[in-house]
Amino acid sequence: MAPSFDTLSEQDLHEEEEEEIDFSDLKEQYEVKVEEGLDTFIVIDGLPVVPEDSRQKLVKFLLRKLNSVGSTSEDAVFMPVNDKKMTEGFAFVEYETPEMAVAAVKQLHGVPLDKKHIMAVNKLMDIERYGREGRIDEEYKPPVPEPFKEKEHLRSWMGDASARDQFALYRNDKVGVFWNNKTNPPENVVDRAHWTQLFVQWSPKGTFLASVHPQGVQLWGGESFSKQKQFPHPFVQLIEFSPLEGYLTTWSARPIQVEEGQPILTYEEDGKNIIIWDIETGKPLRSFVSHDLAAPADIEGSDVAPKKKVQWPAFKWSSDEKYVARMLQGQSLSIYELPNMNLLGRTSVKIEGAMDFEWSPATVAREGIKQYEQLLCFWTPEIGSNPARVGMMSVPSKEVVRTRNLFNVSDVKLHWQSQGAYVCVKVDRHSKSKKSMATNLEIFRVREKGVPVEVVDSLKDTVINFAWEPNGSRFVVIANGEAPTGAAVLPKTSVSFFAPEKKGYTAGNFKLVRTIEKKTSNGIYWSPKGRFVIVATVHSQTSFDMDFWDLDFEGEKIEAEKDLAANLQLMKTVEHYGVTDVDWDSTGRYVVSSASVWTHSMENGWNMHTFSGTTLSENPTEKFKQFLWRPRPATLLSKEEQKQVRKNLREYSKEFDEEDKYAVDIANTAVVETRKRVLSEWVAWLRREKELLAEEKEAFNLPEDADSPTAASDARPVVEDQGDSVVEEIVEEIIEETEEVIG
Amino acid sequence: MRPILLSGHERSLTQIKFNSDGDLLFSVSKDKIVCAWWSANGERLGTYNGHQGAVWTVDVSPNTILLATGSADNTVRLWNVKTGECVKVWEFSTAVKRVAFSPDGSRLLAVTEKRMGFNGTIAVLDINYGENLSAQATEPTLTIVCEESKATVAGWSFLGKYIIAGHEDGSVSQYDPKSGEQVENVQIHEFDSQITDIQFAPDRLSFITASKDKSAKLLSSRNLAILKTYISDTPLNTASVTPKKDFVILGGGQAAMDVTTTSARQGKFEARFYHRVFEDECGRVRGHFGPLNTIDVHPAGTAYASGGEDGYVRVHHFDKAYFDFMYEVEREQARK
Repeated sequence: MAPSFDTLSEQDLHEEEEEEIDFSDLKEQYEVKVEEGLDTFIVIDGLPVVPEDSRQKLVKFLLRKLNSVGSTSEDAVFMPVNDKKMTEGFAFVEYETPEMAVAAVKQLHGVPLDKKHIMAVNKLMDIERYGREGRIDEEYKPPVPEPFKEKEHLRSWMGDASARDQFALYRNDKVGVFWNNKTNPPENVVDRAHWTQLFVQWSPKGTFLASVHPQGVQLWGGESFSKQKQFPHPFVQLIEFSPLEGYLTTWSARPIQVEEGQPILTYEEDGKNIIIWDIETGKPLRSFVSHDLAAPADIEGSDVAPKKKVQWPAFKWSSDEKYVARMLQGQSLSIYELPNMNLLGRTSVKIEGAMDFEWSPATVAREGIKQYEQLLCFWTPEIGSNPARVGMMSVPSKEVVRTRNLFNVSDVKLHWQSQGAYVCVKVDRHSKSKKSMATNLEIFRVREKGVPVEVVDSLKDTVINFAWEPNGSRFVVIANGEAPTGAAVLPKTSVSFFAPEKKGYTAGNFKLVRTIEKKTSNGIYWSPKGRFVIVATVHSQTSFDMDFWDLDFEGEKIEAEKDLAANLQLMKTVEHYGVTDVDWDSTGRYVVSSASVWTHSMENGWNMHTFSGTTLSENPTEKFKQFLWRPRPATLLSKEEQKQVRKNLREYSKEFDEEDKYAVDIANTAVVETRKRVLSEWVAWLRREKELLAEEKEAFNLPEDADSPTAASDARPVVEDQGDSVVEEIVEEIIEETEEVIG
Repeated sequence: MRPILLSGHERSLTQIKFNSDGDLLFSVSKDKIVCAWWSANGERLGTYNGHQGAVWTVDVSPNTILLATGSADNTVRLWNVKTGECVKVWEFSTAVKRVAFSPDGSRLLAVTEKRMGFNGTIAVLDINYGENLSAQATEPTLTIVCEESKATVAGWSFLGKYIIAGHEDGSVSQYDPKSGEQVENVQIHEFDSQITDIQFAPDRLSFITASKDKSAKLLSSRNLAILKTYISDTPLNTASVTPKKDFVILGGGQAAMDVTTTSARQGKFEARFYHRVFEDECGRVRGHFGPLNTIDVHPAGTAYASGGEDGYVRVHHFDKAYFDFMYEVEREQARK
């Protein structure tokens, strides 16, 4: 049976066999003593030693602290006095309820009373339990380190000799991981039934594969995809990895109910929706109640409350994973520091009306700024007479380093370029009458001095999709034209390509390269290495085309575009019926278009294409759900080494071409061999059967042709045995006959 | 390969059959009419009228003298091919889903439906070709009762040695036509995916089954061993083996009631050609705009016809490319 989360028992979590454990110590420790009922008592240590006269004063002072977490009274504080009429430096306190006592221990323990004194707060029960003679060994015994166990290499897939990529395939109830073999069928690594309950997800660098179950999240990794980590968030629905795979955010709509005996979750997590986990230790760092996004504007006349939308990703990570931030819509931004998850500067940043924010996906150095910083962008809508605003904040200083005011704003989307060099602010603006819409692109050049803003406003229509070229400075936008009446037809869209002008080292102004009108496209999928982009129509029953574009075409360039850093060329258009997703592999060599049963149930499956649009294979798969390329970590080669590789590419590729050819040859021979074998087997079977048939005919005393149609049977004439016979018939015809009498 | 379109039926086709010479094509449909066509040009020769319900099945005797049809009106009718007159009517308790002449034409089997408390049966009737064609036995010589899972299709093996039947549960049985005993029963298709068609290879040593489990299988008539499996992506209604060339033709398609949008692309209403030996798909023929219900191949292997849910019969005469097509290994063997 394949290992899966379902089949795990409690024992798996603890790893030990139950019989081997000696429970006597635990029994003693947790023995319930009914008669005691001392749960409401705490013991405070580390108090100043004062004479009896000032005891009253001290108690009063102490009470202020004690009442901050619960309620108690002066009578309930007992501070003993010794023979010298001095207090002993400790006190017993009785709270009204045991919960208060617990809270006091949690919150007051280790809290300084004044400069010299730090309170040590413990439950009286605990003092009883652990303080008793012999309960705790006085002598320190170092824990025995567990013997080292060799673990599977988590990046073993990177060592593949022919640098193939892996992908995960989720269809029906089965999840499999495969090697991509180009045109040949993929090679299976593992294939497990019921591996996940909701979906699977790779971590951003491809180290782990996460499966999602009602019990929580399970991470798998290594060569054999063995169990790596577990995050028992009950009824988890959404997960997100931090960019460097250090942390994991999990979300469930159901608030967590912590049950007794849960080894990982504590009362801290009770009633929370979101947990941020440390992947290394498998422990929760901090948990939160999720903020729901403001429900969409109420539709008039409807009594049903509009459904609340979940804000996801709830927590957004800075690129270096040092900060994670969450926005309370319309109010504030809370930035937490990792790894202790404390609120940066102890307070949230108040941003009135804050709608959305995005971290820079990479660490950028602004010109003239020396100290280390992470940048994030946010925007606020028009409030009263104040204009809408886009701001850029530097973290950890929490200073807003750049703002821009905007008017007539309906909506704003923030798009960072992958290196953080630009932020494109897509502003949907309405006219004064709010009847027509238009889109502005405001591009912040983050690396340049003072962060200048460039406005591209040549678009009259609303832009429905925008995407930067990864590691580049070009982008594609899709604008919506007028929707024709009758909802069945997709509105026509126009696809526009933008590129900067060529201007020395830095990128010049962004200019429109070309606009392709009358498309139905709605998705933009850049190759992760840039240069190539697929503009596709997805999630549609009527159109399903994918245009493969090259932005650095090596052929001749159109004269009008010669100043632009792009040479646009449509390489190919491929159709894939019902396509819902397009995924590039992380090397940008292959791209897979897929039609998932999650969206519709027609012709589900996935097709593999090369970057240039040549279809390598079509794989109709019943109940196909997910296709996910395994991401690769960043290259370890230095810039110089990469350059070297690029320079000698021809030599390298020769080697690989030969390998490919060899592999094809081998495969062809194998196919021919099997065919030969199959054919000879078939011929042999046929001969044997015919012999048997002849014998039987003899036994039945039937003539040799008993089965042929001449004997009133319906067996068809076996033409190939006789061959087509040519019947030649000579017809003599007398054309003329004359009679001559000679002589 | 331009098809000839035979549009003489008003409702979906249920079975079509070439005669042994291949010059005639018989078609039956749910519209109660039996048609005879010239296969060469698609001209209608005539109709055989008399059935009171949908006609499910047709077979022609090997000498093209008699035509047998089975119908939902619970009868099997025997017709004089030449004159079109009905020479005999056998009454059964339920609808007749399949009729088939034995290879020598001396016997006829009829598969009856399981309904209204009656078990499905396979009845064997003796056929007489004397001067008076009406002089036929009134009672079946043998009745095989299918108690477990009803038979949906049946046919005769080589020499009429076995009756081979396909069942509703996806299994295939072999019966002794003399005693009616079941010799063997093999679950060859997925459980509970009905076998929709059985057709024999010209030599009757092997036969092909089509099933709702989207696959077709070539089985040995002698021991029901699975020789080949042809996998498709749609439920199959019919399968046929081509003489002369080593192909099998499969037909099917999503049933109209199962499809939400009945676009032709979604329905997969194509005839699919597979290589009989290598099990590879070699080609498809489009044209029908409903599922293919029945396919038959010209006995000389020069043409095939398909009948669809759309009410049309399409007759395709193969062109030269079809006969020239050969796998490299086949060519090699042919040269030897």
